[in-house]
Amino acid sequence: MTNSITPLRVAPAIPLSVKLALVFVACFVLVAIFGHLLTPHGFRETSLLHRLEPPGTEGYLLGTDARGRDLFARLVTGAQITLVVAIVGTVIGAVLGSLLGIIAAAQRGKTEAVIVAAIDVQASLPIIIVALFMLAMFDNSFTLFLLLVGLNGWEVYARLMRGATLQAKESGYVTAVRALGATPARIYLRHVLPNILNIALVQFTVNLPLTILLETALSFLGLGVQPPLTSLGQIMSEGRDRLMTAWWLTLLPGAIIFCLALSVSMIGDWLRDRLDPTLRSER
Amino acid sequence: MSEPQRAESAPRAPLLSIEDLTVALPVDGDRPEAVSGISFAIAPGETLCLVGESGSGKSVVGQAVLGMLPHALPVTAGCIRFAGAEMPPQRDRAFGTIRSAQIAMIFQDAGASLNPVRTIGGQLAEILAVHGMSKTDRGPRVLEVLRDVALREPERIARSYPHQLSGGQAQRAVIAAALLLKPDLLIADEPTTALDVTTQAEILALITRLKVEHELAVLFVTHDFGVVAEIADRVAVMQEGVLVEAGTAEDVLQAPQHPYTRKLIAAVNPTPRTLGQHGDTPILDATDVNLIYRSGFLGNRKALHAVKDVSLEIAAGRTVAVVGESGSGKSSLARCLLRLEEIDSGSIRFKGQEISTLTGAPLRQLRQSIQVVLQDPFSALNPRQTILSAIAEGPIIHGMAPADARQKAAELIELVGLSAQSGGRYPQEFSGGQRQRICIARALALEPEVLIADEAVSALDVSIQAQILDLFADLQHRFGFAILFITHDLAVARAIADDILVMKSGEIVEHGSADRVFAAPAHPYTQALLAAAPGLDQFQQGSAA
Repeated sequence: MTNSITPLRVAPAIPLSVKLALVFVACFVLVAIFGHLLTPHGFRETSLLHRLEPPGTEGYLLGTDARGRDLFARLVTGAQITLVVAIVGTVIGAVLGSLLGIIAAAQRGKTEAVIVAAIDVQASLPIIIVALFMLAMFDNSFTLFLLLVGLNGWEVYARLMRGATLQAKESGYVTAVRALGATPARIYLRHVLPNILNIALVQFTVNLPLTILLETALSFLGLGVQPPLTSLGQIMSEGRDRLMTAWWLTLLPGAIIFCLALSVSMIGDWLRDRLDPTLRSER
Repeated sequence: MSEPQRAESAPRAPLLSIEDLTVALPVDGDRPEAVSGISFAIAPGETLCLVGESGSGKSVVGQAVLGMLPHALPVTAGCIRFAGAEMPPQRDRAFGTIRSAQIAMIFQDAGASLNPVRTIGGQLAEILAVHGMSKTDRGPRVLEVLRDVALREPERIARSYPHQLSGGQAQRAVIAAALLLKPDLLIADEPTTALDVTTQAEILALITRLKVEHELAVLFVTHDFGVVAEIADRVAVMQEGVLVEAGTAEDVLQAPQHPYTRKLIAAVNPTPRTLGQHGDTPILDATDVNLIYRSGFLGNRKALHAVKDVSLEIAAGRTVAVVGESGSGKSSLARCLLRLEEIDSGSIRFKGQEISTLTGAPLRQLRQSIQVVLQDPFSALNPRQTILSAIAEGPIIHGMAPADARQKAAELIELVGLSAQSGGRYPQEFSGGQRQRICIARALALEPEVLIADEAVSALDVSIQAQILDLFADLQHRFGFAILFITHDLAVARAIADDILVMKSGEIVEHGSADRVFAAPAHPYTQALLAAAPGLDQFQQGSAA
């Protein structure tokens, strides 16, 4: 009846599934940061007397691996590395992709054509194969690994942000501010960016679990994080040979990866429903 | 335009009568009832215009007659009688049966009423199929109604998809769909608002002819008294859910009783202003401006010549209206003068200085002097910026200290008629008219010498339009800026302009003082526009007498 848009001031109730997901992610982060305080063992500390102890053994809450290393301590370190790789990797992709997308929309012409072509190339490359190739060709360094993980998915941000920027550029408020004599920097930083940032934010939460899975997959294949460092995927890969005898070595990190990716996805979905203007119910 | 045919015969038994209809609004609504105690009746072969602005409740009445009121809006009193019998409750299955056979509806946006992936003929035949007509009879009946709504080449139209039709053809196809089942009552909800004036005139004439030929009762919902003058036999005026005036078209148009009715009628035929202080030196002038939009790649290049050899001159403190239908290039011209588009040839001068080649800092400097107010007040303000900050932004860009700029913005907020406390609020919290005031304040914060208003009132209700036009004139009187007013609405041009430019297909076809252009249009296109403008001619004859 009326034309007014009610601003999203009243936060709608958070569904139970999202609450559980938020609790899980919070616990995961807390354990990754403070977990070492809960175990006397270092994650590289071997003890040949305590090899392959099952979970619940005294002194080893979650058991030990084939070299007698405390699984809990290893999972805490693995969680840290996975968290760092996931966040840094996703941020690299998000910042790079968003920047390219905004530049493409702002510049148009040849710049845009080049960026759009790059988007299409990236979108048609199988990222795992490329990562395998790069890691096999060059020295397997943690930095290169981070970069590769970061490059995964940038094209999605670029596409989204290019579209959103084009739309914002045509909007009345940008036209009006341009007519006021604003510099391009002012137009993009103060007017375009605040209005399209939520789209990148939502994509970030959609991309994060994919990055987690890519990291664990590469590490599982032995091309990711290298010993003595460890990550959840690498712990799984080490336990692979003892799947039948020492189930905890693969099942526990696997379950953590599963729950983490699922939780972040659910939070992302919920955020998208809250923030994405195209999915918001019609005015 | 000839006098519309009006039912002069003795009153007949009404087909539809609404008695004391009251519909409640949800508790958090801005008033307790959407419509309160509305009564009116329509006889066969008669058009009743239900007039009101947005929020007046006229669409609620339309929905109630269709039996499609949402649960949130319950009927609390009164009844709807159709063909002598009381209608079943809202959303009842029995209501649906009566509706589908005897009541038809056409909407404002014809394009949205048609399925884009099916041919017109296919869609019309489907309606007949649902109502059990045999396959062999459907084709001829579809062609018959398409012919009835005066669509040339009905066979081709039947094979066409909606995007292949013009706006007027699409609206005719929708009317054809409405006529398919030979309804007794036609409800038309602002069916011509989205159309150009010349097309609007044709559609109004069509509805009037169909009403007579098919003995239709027509409930025509509109906000425009110009349309009412063309089509109505009887008029009912609604304001905030209450019927404030009802009567025959002659009575209401010639002797309106209620002040609100008078205000709505005045908006159709505004009194021209004389503004006094006019300089003769051109402040902004353009010579042979051309703008060509190019699109497509390599072999698939397309070009649209939007502005062709346009020359114009605006004197300081004067108001020039650029009038034309959609697609005439008038908004493109505005964008050229604002230097938002790069022109392909020609020159634009501000105070004698060439500005069409300026770039970078000198261009941004120039923008202080030429400001714009855009059509859609809902998208013209950044939703994440308070209005005080939006208004202060211009002066800050041009080097004013932020504290001074905010002080100035606060003064402007009051100057355009909003309360000083509202500066900290966001655009979403304001109505369309209020937002347009904010946009005007933002443009004026730079103390421009030329203000370009691109359809600045066409998204607003008529009475709000009048207020905003008054505000423009008042501020112009105070600050002495020149206005270039782009509009498709002749009544708006009449209300505000000293000079008129008429644009068609990118060219200026007529140019002259407003009085001269309205009294003695020289170009055939201007004559056609004036003749098509609903109500304007009749009112002018009335006021001249």
